[in-house]
Amino acid sequence: MSFELETATVASENLRRVAIDPVSRVEGHGKVTILLDEHNKVHQVRLHIVEFRGFERFIQGRPYWEVPVMVQRLCGICPVSHHLAASKALDLIVGADKVTPTADKMRRLMHYGQILQSHALHFFHLSSPDLLFGFDSEVSRRNIVGVAEKYPEIAKKGILLRKYGQEVIRLTAGKRVHGTGAVPGGVNRSLTADERKDLLKDVYQMIAWSREAVRIIKELHQQNPALYDHFGSFRSNFMGLVAPDGSLDLYQGVLRAKDADGRILFDQVDYQTYDRLITEEVKPWSYMKFPYFTAMGPEHGWYKVGPLARVQNCDSIPTPFAEHERREFVAYADGQPLHATLAYHWARMIEMLFAAETIKELLQDDDLSGTDLMTTGERRREGVGVIEAPRGTLFHHYQVGDDDLVTMANLIVSTTHNNQAMNTAVREVARQYLDGNEITEGLLNHIEVAIRAYDPCLSCATHALGKMPLEVTLIDAEGAELDRKYKE
Amino acid sequence: MTAPVLVFGWGNPSRGDDALGPLFVEAVEAMALPGVECLTDFQLQVEHALDLRGRERVLFVDASANAAAPFTVERLEPARDASFTTHAVSPQAILEVYAEIEGAPPPPCWLLAIRGESWELGASQSEAARQNLEVSIAWTRAWIASV
Repeated sequence: MSFELETATVASENLRRVAIDPVSRVEGHGKVTILLDEHNKVHQVRLHIVEFRGFERFIQGRPYWEVPVMVQRLCGICPVSHHLAASKALDLIVGADKVTPTADKMRRLMHYGQILQSHALHFFHLSSPDLLFGFDSEVSRRNIVGVAEKYPEIAKKGILLRKYGQEVIRLTAGKRVHGTGAVPGGVNRSLTADERKDLLKDVYQMIAWSREAVRIIKELHQQNPALYDHFGSFRSNFMGLVAPDGSLDLYQGVLRAKDADGRILFDQVDYQTYDRLITEEVKPWSYMKFPYFTAMGPEHGWYKVGPLARVQNCDSIPTPFAEHERREFVAYADGQPLHATLAYHWARMIEMLFAAETIKELLQDDDLSGTDLMTTGERRREGVGVIEAPRGTLFHHYQVGDDDLVTMANLIVSTTHNNQAMNTAVREVARQYLDGNEITEGLLNHIEVAIRAYDPCLSCATHALGKMPLEVTLIDAEGAELDRKYKE
Repeated sequence: MTAPVLVFGWGNPSRGDDALGPLFVEAVEAMALPGVECLTDFQLQVEHALDLRGRERVLFVDASANAAAPFTVERLEPARDASFTTHAVSPQAILEVYAEIEGAPPPPCWLLAIRGESWELGASQSEAARQNLEVSIAWTRAWIASV
């Protein structure tokens, strides 16, 4: 199935190709190809992303108990999400249908620590330069150092919020990186009273700073609704986990989806059956698959995941400050779903506040210091674990043989769920900002801003020094390269 | 008390030669040198600016696809560069962020870039990279001893 603007309807030899490769400030490598017609109008747009490839081979054949640790190496940005999604899937393999309260809360604490530090990084260090200085401001200033110069307190709070989240992860996972805290069937440690006390000491400051962050992004929306409500805006379905009572829960729940008007498409779906719900479409021009709701087909069944979907998919948020902010968000949109790409930032900050408040509540719970860490039961051969990672819904699905070796692994990461949505966002921006003559700095900036709102995570790309240049290529209708620019 | 010397290596241990940074840190840690703290992470990130506090010298270590073999060493100065604009921050940017948020110059920092060749998920280190690693560790003994 193809969509408007995605596949040219006239002979491609009459189209002019504009390639932007990769999109800077997006994790890993991406490439945007814009095909123009002979009138220099946008005719075809494709966002190519280096897919999360090779993980099946990496995991298959390994003992299942190694998996929660090794999957952290799939992604340097959200290793905790993979650690926990794998552990949840493998709980079922060891027959742990329900882990102990201590295990559940330790994992939740680890997860909300990850949400806090990831959202803080995204907002304060990737997006705030654009939002505070404007998309068209001087490039040399539009970075974290520019923010640190002009808004030193904001930059510092961002770093300290992230550092706090990292500390939560260190104490729950056992190590600063390559943690081992969650294991199939439970956890291998709990927190001491002193560890909880130390974390509690600073959590009130984290909540206060998170509230400030929500205020900053809310005011930006209110000050410039023409930009914030319409930039890269398009209608789509939403999907995410909710608690059985419909409230927001980023660690455990049931699948719910709404359509573009906010009507429930499905609800209370057990994610063990995800393969009956979602089909992953393969397109010849991209390594990354395009998931859609099977019942609706690829044209109408694609969806958004992540903060914008989650905050609007739930009925409430179970912490007071975040719930207050969710209600303001809903009121701003006048009760209708907000589809604006930049609203991802606002929703993300509401989630960061939710994470900070949840961390506080968990730290006050004595179960975190319990000693009943593991559950076992009847051994199974298959399990699915789903978690709401910072960027969206993350699926881990494993089959394990009688010899305890993994025979099948299937992962659907949040960036894959958002694939069609990101393509659509880029198309909308290209329509608005490309005049057909050249790749202007303004066009580059706006495309980057649109993609970055989704916070795509593609850190399967290596990060060795010198491996992340910016390459810009301009090719004419005959396929001849007109221009190419590198930015190391 | 903060150790005066920090050795900070980063990379993904499961991506071939991208593991050079963490492997280097493992080797230095095994030396159990007094006054030397070793830290590692998947990627260099903004909060690592805080790890520079109270140091006298810092050695950043990463694999490099471009450095001359077996390794290069350069003294780092705070700088803005394009790497601010990715999830992975450059060591020069870390120094710049440190200077801005601390209101003081960062401690003297060096970058040790060890030449690597292959970066596939699940791959082990290349033979050339292993040799480069050994040579770089030998150099580091002298660097630390010169404190």
